[in-house]
Amino acid sequence: MKIRGIAQAISEGIRQEMERNDKIVVLGEDVTYWGAVFGFTMGLFDKFGRKRIIDTPITEQTFMGMGVGAASVGLHPVISLMFVDFLGAGFDQMFNHMAKNYYMSGGQFPMPITVITAIGGGYGDSSQHSQVLYSIFAHLPGFKVVVPSTPYDAKGLTIKALRDQNPVIIFGHKLLTGLPFLPFEGIEEEVPDEPYEIDFGKAIVRKEGSDITIIGTALMVHRSLKAAEMLEKEGISAEVIDLRTLVPLDEETIIKSAKKTGKVLIVDEDYMSYGMTGEIAFRIQSKALRELKVPISRLAVPDVPIPFSEPLENAVIPSVKSIYDEAKKLLMH
Amino acid sequence: MIIKPEPTIKDLSFIIDNSGLKPNDLLNMYKRMVTIRYFEEEIRKVYHEGKNPFNMASGIIRGEMHLAIGQEAVAVGSLYNVRVDDVVISTHRPHHHAIAKGVDLKKLAAEIFGKATGLCRGKGGHMHLFDKEKNFACSGIVGASFPQAAGAAFAFKYLNKDNVAFAFAGEGAANHGTFSETLNIASAWELPLIIVIEDNKYADSTPKSLVMSTTFHYQRGLAYNVPSYLVDGMDVIDVYITTKKAVERGRRGFGPTLIEAITYRYVGHFEGDGEEYRTKDEVEFWSQVDPIRRLENRLLKLNFADSEMLAKLREEARREVQEAIDFAIKSPYPSPEEALRGVFA
Repeated sequence: MKIRGIAQAISEGIRQEMERNDKIVVLGEDVTYWGAVFGFTMGLFDKFGRKRIIDTPITEQTFMGMGVGAASVGLHPVISLMFVDFLGAGFDQMFNHMAKNYYMSGGQFPMPITVITAIGGGYGDSSQHSQVLYSIFAHLPGFKVVVPSTPYDAKGLTIKALRDQNPVIIFGHKLLTGLPFLPFEGIEEEVPDEPYEIDFGKAIVRKEGSDITIIGTALMVHRSLKAAEMLEKEGISAEVIDLRTLVPLDEETIIKSAKKTGKVLIVDEDYMSYGMTGEIAFRIQSKALRELKVPISRLAVPDVPIPFSEPLENAVIPSVKSIYDEAKKLLMH
Repeated sequence: MIIKPEPTIKDLSFIIDNSGLKPNDLLNMYKRMVTIRYFEEEIRKVYHEGKNPFNMASGIIRGEMHLAIGQEAVAVGSLYNVRVDDVVISTHRPHHHAIAKGVDLKKLAAEIFGKATGLCRGKGGHMHLFDKEKNFACSGIVGASFPQAAGAAFAFKYLNKDNVAFAFAGEGAANHGTFSETLNIASAWELPLIIVIEDNKYADSTPKSLVMSTTFHYQRGLAYNVPSYLVDGMDVIDVYITTKKAVERGRRGFGPTLIEAITYRYVGHFEGDGEEYRTKDEVEFWSQVDPIRRLENRLLKLNFADSEMLAKLREEARREVQEAIDFAIKSPYPSPEEALRGVFA
């Protein structure tokens, strides 16, 4: 089946797993009529009704905590956090309980919970509705962090999450959803009708190259691919790696590529400092320092809130042009 | 403030007859309350060993320690009739709830001592006790119990089980947003949830009169259409009778109940607490209604037991507690490598 964008692919993955496993229930704001606003639960209400697709009050702390309680007695809750920016309203239950109860209980209470949340800017939604924030979850032990960038990956990673006994957070970028009311920078592709899993901790080389390695996630993968096309026209061969999951992280693929090209650019839509770019850079230098020809470079939101006005927003979120420019700078080094 | 005056013997006999409690039940309750009291007194003693001058990191038991000495009747009365597959989510002050839920004393003590034989293999500690077998959990975060118990209640309803889930919390925790949020959702969805508020009058050091807009929390419960009751938390029978109704409502699918128990802790919020916020007279006043002595007097007056029988029960309790503490002391610590294991299932 052809699927355009990740939203329908995620909801398709949930639907198939719900048919297989009656312990799965979907909780969150606007998950019925509106498909969790960004489409991740679209169509599920018509199929499963209110018993299994449940609109909650606007109480992030409480429905996250209910997920913890429900998981502890055998359900697998899928919880929609409408925008990742709202995590502040529910974070205690997530990082102090959902992520820790398995460890703190000495292995007695697994927490099979899948949280699906929308990330990213680029459409004028300003500081409280445009963040990415996945590094916060990746920083805290106990969460698996999944960032699909294509429909094929979105479905396979979602199914994998729903078969996992741990809290998995799926970060769906709004500009990759394929919804008519948002810009679309993702792809449409053929997705198998039957259920399938994609393993966590396996990055994918989206484009092979030999002169420079560009590493990213979600929207940044697509922008990096476009920048790589521009470089290609100038005879520069860029390799583009899509991390797919931050936890677990596929060190092998990124280090292999860094050793091959000797030049690495890490692109992130999350904040710059203490984030994904620094972590990836550390891992590369610790295992491939001798092969690096120039210092590792990075692009990310430069430690400011995402501003509203279009030229301001464009100035802080890495674009095709800024990726291209940074890559060129690195190659000139 | 005592909610209910001590009933006359005639009145008491009538109350007990109506409650369905048999003399043996009351003796069991007595034994459990005494066990909790001895357990906590013993933990308190060991906790302070090697902590002079007071330093939380020194001694055999490290970290903070929150004891519920004085609040035993709330835990024992409310959990006397629950089943092992009913869920209890407790707080940072969890020992009395754990013991009342049937958590093994040895594993409990060993966890508090950070030993490999503890409930959580030493990874949780006093504020993070988990027992899958007994369906008991707690959290060191104030206000965290409400939504988690509601989630378990939601799961019971979804799975068509007639179980109930308990959330315990202090009157301070009930000022947290999760309390109101949970009351609302549990009421709207008719979840088999029982919230038990232990009003010991102080949120850490802050008297409730300074931070509460209503005198009691049950008033708030009523606003959410949740049947809400005020009980005498120093009277195990009063707590039991109201909770029994709540459990029956829950099992029949009628929805949540809020129970607010007026109680008192005779020790500080945490061990090492200077108790600047209350007077010795106040503590003395409340010790007049010590829930254990109160039950003891009743058992004697009702001729349900003689002092010899009660002494025997106390002796049993003391021995079980001592065995648990000895077990904890003798148990090995986990190996350091264990720290890096078990983040993911």
